[in-house]
Amino acid sequence: MSLYLVILLMALVTITPRLAPVLIMDRVFLPSWTRKWLNSIPYAVLGALIFPGVLRIQEGNPGVGLLGALVAGVCAYLRLPMALVIGSSIVIVMMMRFTL
Amino acid sequence: MRVEQVYQEREQILPGFWQGVISGLPIAMGYIPLAISFGVLAVQAGIPMGASVLMSVMVYAGASQFMVINMILLGSLGAEIVVATFVLNFRHFIMSMSFLSKFSKLGNPWRIGLCLGLTDESFTMGCLTFDKPKAIGVERYLAGLMITAYSAWVGGTFIGGLLAFVIPPEIGMSMSIALYAMFIGLLVPAVKACWTTGVIALAAAIFSTALSYLVSAGWAIVLAAIFASFLGVFFDQGDQ
Repeated sequence: MSLYLVILLMALVTITPRLAPVLIMDRVFLPSWTRKWLNSIPYAVLGALIFPGVLRIQEGNPGVGLLGALVAGVCAYLRLPMALVIGSSIVIVMMMRFTL
Repeated sequence: MRVEQVYQEREQILPGFWQGVISGLPIAMGYIPLAISFGVLAVQAGIPMGASVLMSVMVYAGASQFMVINMILLGSLGAEIVVATFVLNFRHFIMSMSFLSKFSKLGNPWRIGLCLGLTDESFTMGCLTFDKPKAIGVERYLAGLMITAYSAWVGGTFIGGLLAFVIPPEIGMSMSIALYAMFIGLLVPAVKACWTTGVIALAAAIFSTALSYLVSAGWAIVLAAIFASFLGVFFDQGDQ
Protein backbone atom coordinates (compact mmCIF):
# COMPACT_ATOMS: atom_id res chain seq x y z
CA MET A 1 0.00 0.00 0.00
CA SER A 2 1.30 3.48 -0.72
CA LEU A 3 2.14 5.70 2.23
CA TYR A 4 -0.40 8.34 1.20
CA LEU A 5 -3.17 5.77 0.89
CA VAL A 6 -2.30 4.55 4.39
CA ILE A 7 -2.52 8.13 5.72
CA LEU A 8 -5.87 8.66 3.99
CA LEU A 9 -7.30 5.45 5.42
CA MET A 10 -5.89 6.25 8.87
CA ALA A 11 -7.65 9.62 8.74
CA LEU A 12 -10.87 7.93 7.66
CA VAL A 13 -10.91 5.37 10.48
CA THR A 14 -9.94 8.04 13.04
CA ILE A 15 -12.47 10.67 11.97
CA THR A 16 -15.41 8.29 11.61
CA PRO A 17 -15.64 7.36 15.32
CA ARG A 18 -15.23 11.05 16.22
CA LEU A 19 -18.13 12.09 13.98
CA ALA A 20 -20.45 9.07 14.06
CA PRO A 21 -22.09 10.10 17.37
CA VAL A 22 -23.21 13.41 15.80
CA LEU A 23 -25.35 11.41 13.41
CA ILE A 24 -26.48 8.50 15.55
CA MET A 25 -26.40 9.97 19.07
CA ASP A 26 -30.17 10.14 19.49
CA ARG A 27 -30.75 6.63 18.23
CA VAL A 28 -28.27 4.40 20.02
CA PHE A 29 -27.90 3.30 23.59
CA LEU A 30 -24.83 1.27 24.44
CA PRO A 31 -25.25 -1.47 27.03
CA SER A 32 -22.94 -0.98 29.98
CA TRP A 33 -20.66 -3.90 29.13
CA THR A 34 -19.75 -2.34 25.78
CA ARG A 35 -18.85 0.89 27.56
CA LYS A 36 -16.55 -1.05 29.88
CA TRP A 37 -15.02 -2.81 26.90
CA LEU A 38 -14.47 0.41 24.93
CA ASN A 39 -13.05 2.16 28.01
CA SER A 40 -10.52 -0.65 28.41
CA ILE A 41 -9.27 -0.58 24.83
CA PRO A 42 -6.79 2.32 25.19
CA TYR A 43 -5.02 0.63 28.12
CA ALA A 44 -4.94 -2.71 26.37
CA VAL A 45 -3.47 -1.03 23.28
CA LEU A 46 -0.86 0.73 25.43
CA GLY A 47 0.16 -2.53 27.09
CA ALA A 48 0.45 -4.31 23.74
CA LEU A 49 2.40 -1.42 22.22
CA ILE A 50 4.87 -1.07 25.08
CA PHE A 51 5.81 -4.71 25.38
CA PRO A 52 7.57 -6.38 23.60
CA GLY A 53 8.22 -3.38 21.30
CA VAL A 54 10.31 -1.54 23.87
CA LEU A 55 12.86 -4.36 23.85
CA ARG A 56 13.71 -3.52 20.23
CA ILE A 57 14.93 0.04 20.89
CA GLN A 58 18.42 -1.19 20.25
CA GLU A 59 18.90 -4.32 18.20
CA GLY A 60 20.44 -7.12 20.24
CA ASN A 61 20.35 -5.23 23.51
CA PRO A 62 16.88 -5.30 25.13
CA GLY A 63 18.33 -3.76 28.31
CA VAL A 64 18.51 -0.31 26.69
CA GLY A 65 14.77 -0.16 26.08
CA LEU A 66 13.96 -1.72 29.45
CA LEU A 67 16.00 0.86 31.35
CA GLY A 68 14.47 3.70 29.34
CA ALA A 69 11.01 2.34 30.12
CA LEU A 70 11.87 1.99 33.80
CA VAL A 71 13.06 5.60 33.99
CA ALA A 72 9.89 6.77 32.23
CA GLY A 73 7.80 4.67 34.62
CA VAL A 74 9.44 6.14 37.72
CA CYS A 75 9.05 9.70 36.38
CA ALA A 76 5.40 9.08 35.54
CA TYR A 77 4.83 7.54 38.97
CA LEU A 78 6.23 10.71 40.55
CA ARG A 79 3.68 12.67 38.49
CA LEU A 80 6.36 14.61 36.61
CA PRO A 81 5.11 16.44 33.50
CA MET A 82 5.04 14.46 30.26
CA ALA A 83 7.90 16.48 28.75
CA LEU A 84 10.17 15.39 31.64
CA VAL A 85 9.02 11.77 31.45
CA ILE A 86 9.98 11.72 27.78
CA GLY A 87 13.11 13.85 28.16
CA SER A 88 14.67 11.79 30.92
CA SER A 89 14.13 8.49 29.13
CA ILE A 90 15.69 9.93 25.95
CA VAL A 91 18.73 11.08 27.95
CA ILE A 92 19.16 7.65 29.56
CA VAL A 93 18.90 5.83 26.25
CA MET A 94 21.32 8.26 24.63
CA MET A 95 23.83 7.76 27.45
CA MET A 96 23.58 3.97 27.12
CA ARG A 97 24.00 4.10 23.34
CA PHE A 98 27.13 6.19 23.61
CA THR A 99 28.75 4.30 26.47
CA LEU A 100 27.99 0.71 25.44
CA MET B 1 -24.97 52.17 14.52
CA ARG B 2 -23.72 49.42 12.31
CA VAL B 3 -20.15 49.69 13.48
CA GLU B 4 -21.32 49.57 17.05
CA GLN B 5 -23.27 46.43 16.40
CA VAL B 6 -20.30 44.76 14.81
CA TYR B 7 -18.14 45.85 17.70
CA GLN B 8 -20.59 44.44 20.23
CA GLU B 9 -20.78 41.19 18.39
CA ARG B 10 -17.03 40.96 18.27
CA GLU B 11 -16.81 41.57 21.98
CA GLN B 12 -19.09 38.63 22.47
CA ILE B 13 -17.03 36.43 20.20
CA LEU B 14 -13.54 37.23 21.44
CA PRO B 15 -13.62 36.61 25.18
CA GLY B 16 -15.00 33.06 24.92
CA PHE B 17 -12.62 32.13 22.16
CA TRP B 18 -9.57 33.61 23.86
CA GLN B 19 -10.44 32.03 27.17
CA GLY B 20 -10.44 28.76 25.32
CA VAL B 21 -7.04 29.55 23.85
CA ILE B 22 -5.71 30.14 27.36
CA SER B 23 -7.16 26.85 28.60
CA GLY B 24 -5.58 25.17 25.59
CA LEU B 25 -2.06 26.42 26.36
CA PRO B 26 -1.20 23.67 28.89
CA ILE B 27 -2.23 21.10 26.28
CA ALA B 28 -0.11 22.88 23.68
CA MET B 29 2.88 22.83 26.03
CA GLY B 30 2.54 19.05 26.26
CA TYR B 31 1.90 18.58 22.54
CA ILE B 32 4.83 20.57 21.22
CA PRO B 33 7.68 18.35 22.52
CA LEU B 34 5.72 15.24 21.54
CA ALA B 35 4.97 16.56 18.07
CA ILE B 36 8.61 17.55 17.60
CA SER B 37 9.68 14.02 18.58
CA PHE B 38 7.13 12.65 16.14
CA GLY B 39 8.43 14.87 13.32
CA VAL B 40 12.07 13.94 13.97
CA LEU B 41 11.34 10.21 14.22
CA ALA B 42 9.03 10.14 11.20
CA VAL B 43 11.43 11.92 8.86
CA GLN B 44 14.42 9.91 10.10
CA ALA B 45 12.40 6.71 9.64
CA GLY B 46 12.11 7.65 5.96
CA ILE B 47 8.64 9.20 5.88
CA PRO B 48 8.81 12.37 3.74
CA MET B 49 8.41 15.64 5.63
CA GLY B 50 5.21 16.52 3.74
CA ALA B 51 3.64 13.16 4.57
CA SER B 52 4.56 13.51 8.25
CA VAL B 53 2.88 16.91 8.50
CA LEU B 54 -0.06 15.65 6.44
CA MET B 55 -0.51 12.83 8.93
CA SER B 56 -0.67 15.32 11.82
CA VAL B 57 -3.12 17.47 9.85
CA MET B 58 -5.42 14.65 8.79
CA VAL B 59 -5.17 11.99 11.49
CA TYR B 60 -4.37 14.17 14.53
CA ALA B 61 -4.04 11.30 16.99
CA GLY B 62 -0.65 11.14 18.66
CA ALA B 63 -0.36 7.56 19.84
CA SER B 64 -1.49 6.11 16.51
CA GLN B 65 0.92 8.31 14.56
CA PHE B 66 3.84 7.08 16.67
CA MET B 67 2.54 3.56 16.18
CA VAL B 68 2.77 3.96 12.41
CA ILE B 69 6.45 4.91 12.59
CA ASN B 70 6.97 1.92 14.82
CA MET B 71 5.21 -0.43 12.41
CA ILE B 72 7.04 1.00 9.39
CA LEU B 73 10.35 0.45 11.20
CA LEU B 74 9.22 -3.11 11.92
CA GLY B 75 8.65 -3.51 8.21
CA SER B 76 4.90 -3.29 7.70
CA LEU B 77 2.98 -0.82 5.60
CA GLY B 78 -0.43 -2.32 5.10
CA ALA B 79 -3.89 -3.15 6.34
CA GLU B 80 -2.68 -3.88 9.88
CA ILE B 81 -1.68 -0.22 10.32
CA VAL B 82 -5.17 0.92 9.37
CA VAL B 83 -6.87 -1.67 11.57
CA ALA B 84 -4.57 -0.89 14.51
CA THR B 85 -5.33 2.83 14.07
CA PHE B 86 -9.04 2.08 14.07
CA VAL B 87 -8.81 -0.04 17.22
CA LEU B 88 -6.61 2.47 18.99
CA ASN B 89 -8.71 5.51 18.10
CA PHE B 90 -12.14 3.99 18.55
CA ARG B 91 -12.13 5.39 22.07
CA HIS B 92 -12.95 8.75 20.50
CA PHE B 93 -16.38 7.31 19.79
CA ILE B 94 -17.07 7.12 23.52
CA MET B 95 -15.58 10.55 24.15
CA SER B 96 -17.61 12.05 21.34
CA MET B 97 -20.82 10.54 22.71
CA SER B 98 -20.18 11.80 26.21
CA PHE B 99 -19.09 15.18 24.83
CA LEU B 100 -22.23 15.61 22.73
CA SER B 101 -24.51 14.70 25.61
CA LYS B 102 -23.24 17.84 27.33
CA PHE B 103 -23.72 20.11 24.32
CA SER B 104 -26.98 18.90 22.85
CA LYS B 105 -28.21 22.41 22.12
CA LEU B 106 -25.49 23.26 19.61
CA GLY B 107 -26.21 23.12 15.90
CA ASN B 108 -24.69 20.44 13.69
CA PRO B 109 -21.87 22.57 12.20
CA TRP B 110 -20.56 23.30 15.70
CA ARG B 111 -21.02 19.70 16.81
CA ILE B 112 -19.13 18.41 13.78
CA GLY B 113 -16.34 20.94 14.18
CA LEU B 114 -15.86 20.30 17.89
CA CYS B 115 -15.99 16.51 17.56
CA LEU B 116 -13.32 16.64 14.84
CA GLY B 117 -11.00 18.30 17.36
CA LEU B 118 -11.48 15.64 20.03
CA THR B 119 -8.35 14.11 21.52
CA ASP B 120 -7.73 12.54 24.93
CA GLU B 121 -6.39 15.85 26.19
CA SER B 122 -8.87 18.28 24.64
CA PHE B 123 -11.73 16.07 25.78
CA THR B 124 -10.46 15.95 29.35
CA MET B 125 -9.69 19.66 29.50
CA GLY B 126 -12.97 20.54 27.81
CA CYS B 127 -14.99 18.43 30.26
CA LEU B 128 -13.09 19.77 33.28
CA THR B 129 -13.52 23.42 32.40
CA PHE B 130 -16.63 23.72 30.29
CA ASP B 131 -18.80 24.94 33.19
CA LYS B 132 -16.76 28.09 33.54
CA PRO B 133 -17.45 29.93 30.29
CA LYS B 134 -21.15 29.12 29.92
CA ALA B 135 -22.10 32.78 29.88
CA ILE B 136 -19.77 33.67 27.05
CA GLY B 137 -20.51 30.88 24.61
CA VAL B 138 -19.25 27.41 25.37
CA GLU B 139 -18.84 26.55 21.69
CA ARG B 140 -16.42 29.44 21.07
CA TYR B 141 -14.53 28.57 24.23
CA LEU B 142 -14.12 24.97 23.09
CA ALA B 143 -13.18 26.07 19.58
CA GLY B 144 -10.38 28.23 21.03
CA LEU B 145 -9.16 25.34 23.15
CA MET B 146 -9.16 22.87 20.27
CA ILE B 147 -7.62 25.18 17.70
CA THR B 148 -4.76 25.90 20.13
CA ALA B 149 -4.09 22.21 20.71
CA TYR B 150 -4.37 21.38 17.00
CA SER B 151 -2.01 24.19 15.96
CA ALA B 152 0.55 23.05 18.52
CA TRP B 153 0.39 19.49 17.19
CA VAL B 154 0.70 20.43 13.52
CA GLY B 155 3.28 23.17 14.14
CA GLY B 156 5.37 20.90 16.36
CA THR B 157 5.40 18.20 13.68
CA PHE B 158 6.67 20.74 11.15
CA ILE B 159 9.44 21.91 13.48
CA GLY B 160 10.38 18.31 14.23
CA GLY B 161 10.51 17.51 10.53
CA LEU B 162 12.94 20.38 9.99
CA LEU B 163 15.04 19.37 13.01
CA ALA B 164 15.33 15.86 11.60
CA PHE B 165 17.81 17.17 9.04
CA VAL B 166 19.96 18.78 11.77
CA ILE B 167 19.82 16.20 14.54
CA PRO B 168 22.30 13.36 13.98
CA PRO B 169 20.55 10.02 13.38
CA GLU B 170 22.34 8.57 16.41
CA ILE B 171 20.45 11.00 18.65
CA GLY B 172 17.32 10.63 16.56
CA MET B 173 17.43 6.87 17.19
CA SER B 174 17.55 7.52 20.91
CA MET B 175 14.35 9.52 20.51
CA SER B 176 12.49 6.37 19.52
CA ILE B 177 12.20 5.74 23.27
CA ALA B 178 10.04 8.92 23.34
CA LEU B 179 7.15 6.92 21.97
CA TYR B 180 7.35 4.33 24.72
CA ALA B 181 7.95 6.98 27.36
CA MET B 182 4.73 8.65 26.24
CA PHE B 183 2.80 5.38 26.36
CA ILE B 184 4.16 4.71 29.85
CA GLY B 185 3.42 8.29 30.87
CA LEU B 186 -0.21 7.75 29.84
CA LEU B 187 -0.53 4.32 31.39
CA VAL B 188 1.08 4.77 34.82
CA PRO B 189 -1.33 7.46 36.13
CA ALA B 190 -4.27 5.34 34.96
CA VAL B 191 -2.91 2.29 36.80
CA LYS B 192 -2.37 4.37 39.93
CA ALA B 193 -5.99 5.48 39.77
CA CYS B 194 -7.38 2.00 39.14
CA TRP B 195 -5.31 -1.17 39.48
CA THR B 196 -7.50 -3.23 37.14
CA THR B 197 -6.16 -1.04 34.32
CA GLY B 198 -2.74 -2.51 35.07
CA VAL B 199 -4.11 -6.05 34.83
CA ILE B 200 -5.58 -5.28 31.39
CA ALA B 201 -2.33 -3.70 30.16
CA LEU B 202 -0.24 -6.57 31.54
CA ALA B 203 -2.47 -9.14 29.87
CA ALA B 204 -2.18 -7.22 26.60
CA ALA B 205 1.62 -7.19 26.90
CA ILE B 206 1.69 -10.96 27.48
CA PHE B 207 -0.72 -11.62 24.58
CA SER B 208 1.23 -9.40 22.22
CA THR B 209 4.51 -11.11 23.13
CA ALA B 210 2.99 -14.54 22.56
CA LEU B 211 1.24 -13.50 19.34
CA SER B 212 4.38 -11.88 17.94
CA TYR B 213 5.72 -15.41 17.38
CA LEU B 214 2.65 -16.29 15.29
CA VAL B 215 1.77 -13.15 13.31
CA SER B 216 3.45 -9.87 12.33
CA ALA B 217 4.08 -7.27 15.04
CA GLY B 218 1.25 -5.05 13.80
CA TRP B 219 -1.40 -7.76 13.94
CA ALA B 220 -0.04 -9.00 17.28
CA ILE B 221 -0.76 -5.53 18.75
CA VAL B 222 -4.27 -5.39 17.27
CA LEU B 223 -5.28 -8.88 18.38
CA ALA B 224 -3.70 -8.59 21.83
CA ALA B 225 -5.52 -5.30 22.45
CA ILE B 226 -8.87 -6.74 21.41
CA PHE B 227 -8.48 -9.88 23.55
CA ALA B 228 -7.15 -8.07 26.61
CA SER B 229 -9.70 -5.26 26.52
CA PHE B 230 -12.49 -7.83 26.95
CA LEU B 231 -11.09 -8.44 30.44
CA GLY B 232 -12.32 -4.95 31.26
CA VAL B 233 -15.92 -6.17 30.94
CA PHE B 234 -15.41 -8.30 34.06
CA PHE B 235 -13.90 -5.55 36.19
CA ASP B 236 -15.77 -2.90 38.09
CA GLN B 237 -14.45 0.39 36.73
CA GLY B 238 -16.41 2.73 38.91
CA ASP B 239 -18.32 5.54 37.29
CA GLN B 240 -16.88 6.21 33.87
